[in-house]
Amino acid sequence: MSSSEAFPASGVPPRAGGTNVADRLFKGTTLLFALSVVAIMVLMAGAMLRTALPAIRAFGWHFPFTSTWDPVAERFGALPFIYGTLVSSLLALSIAVPLSLGGAIFLVELAPHWLAQPIAFLIDLLASIPSVVYGLWGIFVLAPWLRTTVQPALGALLGVLPLFQGPAYGVGMLAAGMILAIMVIPFISGVSREVLMAVPNSQREAALALGATKWEAIRTAVLPYSRSGIIGAIILGLGRALGETMAVTMVIGNRPEIALSLFAPGYTMASVIANEFAEATSDFHLAALIEIGLLLFGVTILVNGLARLLVWSVAGNGAATVRE
Amino acid sequence: MTFDRYRRRKRVNVLVSALAFLCAAITIIPLLMILGHLLAQGAKAVNLDFFTQLPKPVGEVGGGMANAIVGTLILIGLACLVGLPIGIIGGIYLAEFGNNKTGWLVRFMSDVLNGTPSIVIGIFAYTVVVLPMKRFSALAGGFALGIIMIPTVIRATEELVKLVPTSVREAGLALGIPQWRVILRIVVPSAKAGIVTGVLLAVARIGGETAPLLFTAFGNQFWQRRLDQPIASLPVQIFTYAISPFEDWHRQAWAGALVLVAMILITSVLTRVVTKGQDRSMR
Repeated sequence: MSSSEAFPASGVPPRAGGTNVADRLFKGTTLLFALSVVAIMVLMAGAMLRTALPAIRAFGWHFPFTSTWDPVAERFGALPFIYGTLVSSLLALSIAVPLSLGGAIFLVELAPHWLAQPIAFLIDLLASIPSVVYGLWGIFVLAPWLRTTVQPALGALLGVLPLFQGPAYGVGMLAAGMILAIMVIPFISGVSREVLMAVPNSQREAALALGATKWEAIRTAVLPYSRSGIIGAIILGLGRALGETMAVTMVIGNRPEIALSLFAPGYTMASVIANEFAEATSDFHLAALIEIGLLLFGVTILVNGLARLLVWSVAGNGAATVRE
Repeated sequence: MTFDRYRRRKRVNVLVSALAFLCAAITIIPLLMILGHLLAQGAKAVNLDFFTQLPKPVGEVGGGMANAIVGTLILIGLACLVGLPIGIIGGIYLAEFGNNKTGWLVRFMSDVLNGTPSIVIGIFAYTVVVLPMKRFSALAGGFALGIIMIPTVIRATEELVKLVPTSVREAGLALGIPQWRVILRIVVPSAKAGIVTGVLLAVARIGGETAPLLFTAFGNQFWQRRLDQPIASLPVQIFTYAISPFEDWHRQAWAGALVLVAMILITSVLTRVVTKGQDRSMR
């Protein structure tokens, strides 16, 4: 419903001899500001590419597949960080997805309005707590609890699996995955709710009229209709988890090693940048860190682009924004 | 037999409903726990000194984060100088003229920017502000935060300006007012409250940002008036204190977190309440 559709570009009845100068000036100015968003993205990619160039030249394709990270010898490989980022994010999703979806289904399909409203509000509130506060809570509440209670129990119960072996430090991959799960829940839940709400009521009514129970109506009519939107919501959550920095840095243990156990400390791409950037020992070290940033940037662009397309296809243009 | 099957279906329905309720309940438990710990630990630690004193050197008990609180406000101010013009004027473009390929591109880029990790935006600010100036500075921190603001502000402005009924525009144009004046004097003012809401939400978001500040604004144990020097901020101070080995710094980190969350929650809850009322009146 933009007004440029309803009116000629000048906004006043066309006069002989051209359009209104002031209008064109105004439109041009606003266009300039809007285009600066595009310019920022281009500049961001360009500036990072330029500063990372020494590292890209030196390591080429080996960079993401090498696991040495030695600032003193100036030998850099990003594999442990890529591994840590992927594992912590996937762990987070495996916890957050069922909880967010179940919660969204409850809030949109089952709960009475007076109950759904405040719960949705509280879940949204989770999104506005700063990352560093999650980290603080992670260090002093979550990690000790994992160390004394959860990890011994998991070790005793599922210790045969390599995932749950080794000493219980508290901090480590498991703590990072859990804190990330808490942090992405509001995003996945929020977008899922919007996608579910976009399902036309006629779909539900049709199923109910055929004698389906509420759950059968959800399973056979609502969920299939909103499937790609929900997948989009999950990928959007993945994008958040991949780039999340502070909370993870504070609880993952920061050790650039690849360990199978979820109890072991790890390291992520974002955390190594947060920890080493300000104290980088050399320009070359800095270049390697910026190359990690560049990789992270590329991955999140891909992931977010995919998610937006999926969500847009279901819920229209506006639904992809989570209100923060 | 059919009766049995009906009963089973009913039972499955009840079971799934209970599970879904459980999911919703579990998701809010961490929030309640975090808020509970913040209140318990933070309330013990917050005192007048916290708001008026500088940080004490390692080993001395006491002191506060007065410089970090002011630093955060300065950084937010600088961020607004970068983020608001681009966000608001860009949003006006999207709402009024953005129904074309350019609009699609800007919207897409703004969404991508929204999903870009804040630490990556910090690296960007480092390469374009810190490297040329050869030092960490408040300017670099404000620049990074300003860019993070843009997507939220641009989206809020676009949506709220679009909500203004076409009839209002038509009325203005029918009176012979040029389009630019209709937009600036009639359309934008009617969307003003909504735009302010979007701006406040963006401020609430950047107020807690830590990662991009670590190597742009850096941090400072003292007062700093000059914008080309490193400056303290509440989130970075909380981070530094939280990962330190000192008991008294942990106490202060909780106090800082409580103050930060209180500032953010008050801002975002207030704006939400305002928006709710507005949405309804506009539909």
